[in-house]
Amino acid sequence: MPRVPLSWLGEHVELPAGLTAEQLAADLVRVGLEEEAIHGAAVTGPLVVGRVVERTPEPQKNGKTINWCRVDVGEEHNETREDGSRGPRGIVCGAHNFDVGDHVVVALPGAVLPGPFPIASRKTYGHVSDGMICSQRELGLGDDHAGIIVLADLGLDAPVGTDALELLGLGDEVLEINVTPDRGYCFSMRGVAREFAHSTGAAFTDPALPEPTDERPAGFGVELDDEAPIHGVPGVDRFVAQVVRGVRADVPSPAWLQRRLQQAGMRAISLAVDATNYVMLDLGQPLHAYDLDRVAEPIVVRRAVPGESIRTLDDQVRTLDPQDLLVTDSPAGARASRIIGLAGVMGGGDSEVGPQTTDVLVEAAHWDPVTVARTARRHKLPSEAAKRYERGVDPRLPRVAVQAVVDLLVEYGGGVPDDALTDVDRTVAPASFVLDLDLPARLVGVPYAHDEVREVLTAIGCTLEDGAAGTVVVTPPSWRPDLAVPVDLVEEIARLRGYDAIPSIVPPAPAGLGLTWEQRARRAAAEALVGAGLVEVLSYPFVGADQLDALGLPDDDERRRAVRLANPLSDAQPLMRTDLLVTLLDTARRNVGRGASDVCVFEVGLVTLPNVDAPPAPSLPGAVRPSPDELAAIEAAVPPQPRHVAGLLAGRLEPAGVWGPGRRADHRDAIAAALLVARVVGVDAEVSAERERAPFHPGRTARLTVAGHVVGYAGELHPNVVAAHDLPPRSAAFDLDLDALLAAAPRDAHQARAISTFPVAKEDVALVVPSDVPAADVLAAVRVGAAASTAGDVVEDVRLFDVYEGEQVGPGHRSLAFALRLRAADRTLTADETAAVREAVVAEAARRFGATLRA
Amino acid sequence: MSQTPAPDGATPSHPSPLDEPGITAVVEAALVQIAGAGDLDELKSARIAHTGERSALALANRAIGGLAPADKGAAGRLVGQARAAITGAIAERQVVLEAERDARVLVEETLDVTLPVDRHPRGARHPLQTLQERVADVFVAMGWEIAEGPELEAEWFNFDALNFGVDHPARQMQDTFYVASPDGSDEPSNLVLRTHTSPVQARSLLERGVPVYIACPGKVFRTDELDATHTPVFHQVEGLAIDRGLTMAHLKGTLDHFAKAMFGPDARTRLRPSYFPFTEPSAEMDLWFPQKKGGPGWIEWGGCGMVNPNVLRACGVDPEEYSGFAFGMGIERTLMLRHGIGLMHDMVEGDVRFSTQFQAVI
Repeated sequence: MPRVPLSWLGEHVELPAGLTAEQLAADLVRVGLEEEAIHGAAVTGPLVVGRVVERTPEPQKNGKTINWCRVDVGEEHNETREDGSRGPRGIVCGAHNFDVGDHVVVALPGAVLPGPFPIASRKTYGHVSDGMICSQRELGLGDDHAGIIVLADLGLDAPVGTDALELLGLGDEVLEINVTPDRGYCFSMRGVAREFAHSTGAAFTDPALPEPTDERPAGFGVELDDEAPIHGVPGVDRFVAQVVRGVRADVPSPAWLQRRLQQAGMRAISLAVDATNYVMLDLGQPLHAYDLDRVAEPIVVRRAVPGESIRTLDDQVRTLDPQDLLVTDSPAGARASRIIGLAGVMGGGDSEVGPQTTDVLVEAAHWDPVTVARTARRHKLPSEAAKRYERGVDPRLPRVAVQAVVDLLVEYGGGVPDDALTDVDRTVAPASFVLDLDLPARLVGVPYAHDEVREVLTAIGCTLEDGAAGTVVVTPPSWRPDLAVPVDLVEEIARLRGYDAIPSIVPPAPAGLGLTWEQRARRAAAEALVGAGLVEVLSYPFVGADQLDALGLPDDDERRRAVRLANPLSDAQPLMRTDLLVTLLDTARRNVGRGASDVCVFEVGLVTLPNVDAPPAPSLPGAVRPSPDELAAIEAAVPPQPRHVAGLLAGRLEPAGVWGPGRRADHRDAIAAALLVARVVGVDAEVSAERERAPFHPGRTARLTVAGHVVGYAGELHPNVVAAHDLPPRSAAFDLDLDALLAAAPRDAHQARAISTFPVAKEDVALVVPSDVPAADVLAAVRVGAAASTAGDVVEDVRLFDVYEGEQVGPGHRSLAFALRLRAADRTLTADETAAVREAVVAEAARRFGATLRA
Repeated sequence: MSQTPAPDGATPSHPSPLDEPGITAVVEAALVQIAGAGDLDELKSARIAHTGERSALALANRAIGGLAPADKGAAGRLVGQARAAITGAIAERQVVLEAERDARVLVEETLDVTLPVDRHPRGARHPLQTLQERVADVFVAMGWEIAEGPELEAEWFNFDALNFGVDHPARQMQDTFYVASPDGSDEPSNLVLRTHTSPVQARSLLERGVPVYIACPGKVFRTDELDATHTPVFHQVEGLAIDRGLTMAHLKGTLDHFAKAMFGPDARTRLRPSYFPFTEPSAEMDLWFPQKKGGPGWIEWGGCGMVNPNVLRACGVDPEEYSGFAFGMGIERTLMLRHGIGLMHDMVEGDVRFSTQFQAVI
């Protein structure tokens, strides 16, 4: 994100004296430019220009030779001699690239150089060194550490004692700001200066206005030849180029320019490259400098043809896409045959300026944001140029920017510009549109006056014409492609008049219906599990095939056909979970790994089911309501994502304590928890044995059904799964399709049974049945039988209280003892009636299972 | 005939029913023994000795039958009064001794009530879930409703409906998880893991029409690696209100109210200009946070703005007639602020020690 050195900003807008980066950040955030960071001054403390007055080389035992110097750092900073007079300071220096009389940069005791490296008087090589003569690297100015800075080499001349912090721009604070994607123009000093002016009212001078319009002879041949515009927008609508001859393009840039690039976070390379970067940072217009000798006229801008490739500046060969827009030239008369750049993204290596370059072709163009964005993304080339173009660059800038680069090449490279200038300009003026002057007040809730609205729009550079009553016709400025419809202007009014001016009013919403039944039911289910001792956890839904293996899923299990991410965070976990237990098991394992011995947890979350035969979702435009068919097609493509609730019970549910050894959770607790959830949402789930559902134990697992539909499973985990996840033996789990359960739940209000006050009659019935008859089936028979007795439906409760297997009931059989509580609503039951219930129970069990009454 | 020895060892006498001094002596001896009974067992012995079938009074009573008829009346009165005196004394003593016994038993039953009692520990909700419910309750109290939608979402709902152009940089800034084509090809599936809960806005507008006032809490996804402040899976709550005449002032009022509900009466919000494709004007929202470490101050809380007319159009709502606002903030951030949570890891790793800290109402 752009870095704003305060001194640079001050060239375009009047900054108050003593402005700090912090205050600048506060001023800019008001208009929507957020602070990202403040980069403090690189060097603090006394740093001054000194003149070397004595230089005595002193060979050392270690083979090095040091220079013992006397440096005049000005009256104020010179040292006081023993006799009270003032004179040059003594400084030890290891470099040799200077001589007596040179002006150098001296850090005095108290200064702090980047590192931080504090400077103090210190004894070294037999002298007291009273400061340091600095190299570029020591000051954070560059990588040059071959010797110390001799100011004359940098083209600088300043009297002894001058503050070198200011001279070298080292005291400058730099504010890094965050620019939202709609404000491409703020990727420049020009744009930030304008926003500072909006925020504070400071005087702003637009460095890009007015655009020169003088007629010039035609320059280097350029042909814009885009035959495949995207969305009907030409890939390029402006191309400006000018030749500068006899340039020392490869010399280093002047120190001030290098320093500014550095402050902005870019590396200085050579004059020609630095000049284009500098102007880009300053104005926002990316530029390119070609070696004129290596570009053959004419330059042709065209789309790539299939199979073409380019070697880019980063030395990568990239296969091009027919949507890529290219800058090509025409060597040996072969028009458009050689690619010299990916438009707006990156140049090709061959035409780059180099040490042999003498004549430079400076280029600035206006590329289509979409074309640039796609190419940058396709080739993963997020360059500084692409960043600006895809956010929108001012189409009126290219000529101004080329002129600015040419000026730098003339001044610092000794070049001579051609009078001829290429300016292919096919830009269209920004479209104007009508603004209802009341709209800002209506949307923002602040009563802006019409004049106020006009004033703000004029200030941001819009051109206004009177429209019909109460309206104005607005033409946005060339640098604001983001202003295209009236609401865009509303934001401008609101932000420049200040968001702080907006009052705070709670809107009176129409009376709502509160939470839905499902929302309340889900809360109740979670609370019930918490009451049962389970702790709610959350886990990521990303899983890998090895996790499905660890679950013991058969190869053809539906849950293996998981939805896959195209760009997972980890290649080991590219799938979306199809079963909550996959991630819940991992969560439990992590807890056990961290020393927990009892882990009873649950999670409520979505699982993603495969949607294998679904066509891809249609790609539809925004701002238009899709047709019902299109909406249906979207819905069909989105995989089903039912909400599940799963629990895992590992270790004790009742802790060991003074009351005893505690109690390990087992399959019963898992089934009970699942039934609890069902009961809380009003469903009586039926339990039956489940023999083959991973990750469960084949003999200790219940299938839960509602009206014949499976809603979940609960029971002991398969021993292999328990072992694979390092869990305590006999760990148990449940998994319920909560959505299915809620869908099956009755929505009618529960109808209460009257409470009978007649006496209860208790009957115990022990039935001997074959051992393989499930208890639940016998219980069901008991209920049905009792209800069918001649006494009528007088069963208040039936409870299985004892299971006996042994000699008394014979092999292959067991006795199930039920306690019945009988009570009529309207009378005291007689002994005959209770006997009738008992007989009816036995008869039904006998009919279903051949049950006999236990003797 | 055996005799129960008197407690004092004196030989009991068997006075005749007419022997008034003898009877009186028997009564006095009995009263002494009753009063001296130290517990219920001794009292029982005294009762048997003095009112039992072989007691002096019982013998005297039986002897009445053998008296001359003229003596029977006096004798009956004498013995009857004697028996009443003894029985009354026993009853009184019985009450006293029972009370003493009951008090002693309670003392003997004393236990250490400071021993551990948490035999069936309650579990705990995950605070992110509890907080989302709390947020929902705040909006329900304002008359809003709570809407939900899928987490794996069509790109149209996640981006296009919300005015994210296909080539707009904002679409790239979302760090989106894309879903691979189900047939394994490189063709786009046009499905993503939702990067915000905003697609629920579009779905709700299409399903419910206007006016609408909804809050959408839920899980969202970005391709950020887990670190102290980032997580690829996190939670947001998003609000949407579309009605006639809604302004940014209503947005501000809603945010201020919500901030106070979450952070107390001193909380308030501040808006800063920003950019989101689905709102115009757009704002970043700062929260005045009195409990901020190092002193009260502003902290970033979320984004908001007036719903972009293109979003309304995509959902079949006429922007000339209706306007509205939307806002969103992170639940994790809210939880971290409220509860001084330093590391994102604690919230997402499923460690039971984290959830169980949140047993109380939050």
